[in-house]
Amino acid sequence: MSISVEIHKKLDAFNLDVSFCSASRRIGILGASGCGKSMTLKSIAGIETPDDGKITVEGRTFFDKKKKVNLKPQKRNVGYLFQNYALFPTMTVEKNIAAGLKGSRQENAERVRRMVEKFQLGGLEKRLPGQLSGGQQQRAALARIMAYEPDVILLDEPFSALDMYLKDQLQRELIEMLKDYEGTVILVSHNRDEVYRFSEELLIIDQGRITVSGKTGQIFRNPETKEAARLTGCKNFSRAVRIDAHTLKAEDWGITLDVSREIPEDTACIGYRAHDFIPVWGERGRNMIRFRLESTASLPFEKNYYIKAENGEVICWFVQRETAALLDEKGLPDYLALDEDALLFLR
Amino acid sequence: MEEMMQIIRELDWSPLFISLKTGTAATVISFFLGIFAARKVVKASPGKKAVIDGILTLPMVLPPTAAGFFLLLLFSRRRPLGEFLFDEFGFKVVQTWLGCVIAATVIAFPLMYRNARAAMEQIDANLVYAARTLGMSEMKIFWKVIVPTAGPGIASGTILTFARALGEYGATSMLAGNIPGKTGTISQKIAMVIQDGDYLTAGIWVAIVLAIAFLVIFLMNLISGKKMKNIGRW
Repeated sequence: MSISVEIHKKLDAFNLDVSFCSASRRIGILGASGCGKSMTLKSIAGIETPDDGKITVEGRTFFDKKKKVNLKPQKRNVGYLFQNYALFPTMTVEKNIAAGLKGSRQENAERVRRMVEKFQLGGLEKRLPGQLSGGQQQRAALARIMAYEPDVILLDEPFSALDMYLKDQLQRELIEMLKDYEGTVILVSHNRDEVYRFSEELLIIDQGRITVSGKTGQIFRNPETKEAARLTGCKNFSRAVRIDAHTLKAEDWGITLDVSREIPEDTACIGYRAHDFIPVWGERGRNMIRFRLESTASLPFEKNYYIKAENGEVICWFVQRETAALLDEKGLPDYLALDEDALLFLR
Repeated sequence: MEEMMQIIRELDWSPLFISLKTGTAATVISFFLGIFAARKVVKASPGKKAVIDGILTLPMVLPPTAAGFFLLLLFSRRRPLGEFLFDEFGFKVVQTWLGCVIAATVIAFPLMYRNARAAMEQIDANLVYAARTLGMSEMKIFWKVIVPTAGPGIASGTILTFARALGEYGATSMLAGNIPGKTGTISQKIAMVIQDGDYLTAGIWVAIVLAIAFLVIFLMNLISGKKMKNIGRW
């Protein structure tokens, strides 16, 4: 099980230059809207043709500019789950599932029956896609893909049009349904929770280039670049000047940080997650910020404080319900301490 | 009243059958040609699209008599194409029922083509992409996915084509003429009897045309209404 991709394509706003190689079964691609991640997926599926490059999946060459190979999407055996599911609106669920099947009538009927059972579509076989709920549509679309037994499944922002409740439910369902799928699955998303939950390996695309790649957990712990940190949900950034191996000046926050682990030499920026601040009442100690409150926002399970550091830079500080209750009781803290282990050193 | 019954009893029904036959034939031809042309144009590059679309739509914009003039030029037996058709296949177009069909087809075709094209352009490209990744051949995608999804547009195109072909007058009168029992369509019959000052006969034919037109549209609405009921459209 391996996939190797090299794509060069000129797009309107920028050039897409992506290359990666992976043997993971679950790959996530994270990137802002319009960064080229969908184009990457479409190129793998053969819906779009790159200007140059090479795409190989499981030893089969889908595309090779130099050797003039460009397999039709029909020959690639790739399943593509579209954001809007792209179920054929005039076909019933069972016809949709059978649409791509090549076997005899009897074989197809049998396979459709198995898919209907596996994806809990019993009783909905004769319905048209317009009569299904969002979740049922997703299951039908996935059943259609699985019936076709693809080598690779590509998921193109499958949840971004859904409301929060449904999103969570469908994510769980999708992960569950794909659990026993042997092939490679690539998920493209701009949502960090989705990719974190789903993928073993993660690629971060920015402006048509892969800026960071590696194991998902590792990237969330240490994103390395500012864009990667932002995409993994980091809210606060400051320009940084490295003074020595253990001291660093955070210019936008107006403090000098002093850390026991070694600061990488190419650190140009530091990031700090909004949930990681520690409120301190009393004496100012090491790595603490003095601040004043700008505004707050209450959410159902947490409270967001927008504060200004001494230098005037706005910092986001998000606290869970319990801490928020404590803050209401004790008043705002005098300082916010930065946990040195939570500091992100970024290039 | 007595006079009207007398006329109806003695009426020559041939214009009705000629018109229905012509309308049906022209609609069937336009249906396939229109869908085929729409498919080609939707896929063409923007520059090509503009040119081909212009040519295909021309008969709709042109006065029918002008279209008839061109058809006459093309199919006259003194012209290469007309001569070729007659010598090789024995096809005579001018002053024949075939001429009726060709005239009606040329005039009504743009309605089919434009409606089919508009409906196809509305189709979510993802449906086609999905179909391709599922291994469906382009032919299968076209007939199983695109045509049914564009169904309502194609249906309304078919109604309009039939209605237009049924009532075609200008080009038909030039290419096929008005030979009673052979190329004399209802429209031509009406024009002829009006010229004779026979308003009663003209009125009867108008009533017949009205009834057909209403029936066709009613049936089509019924069919497409039933079929489209369950598809999520606003």
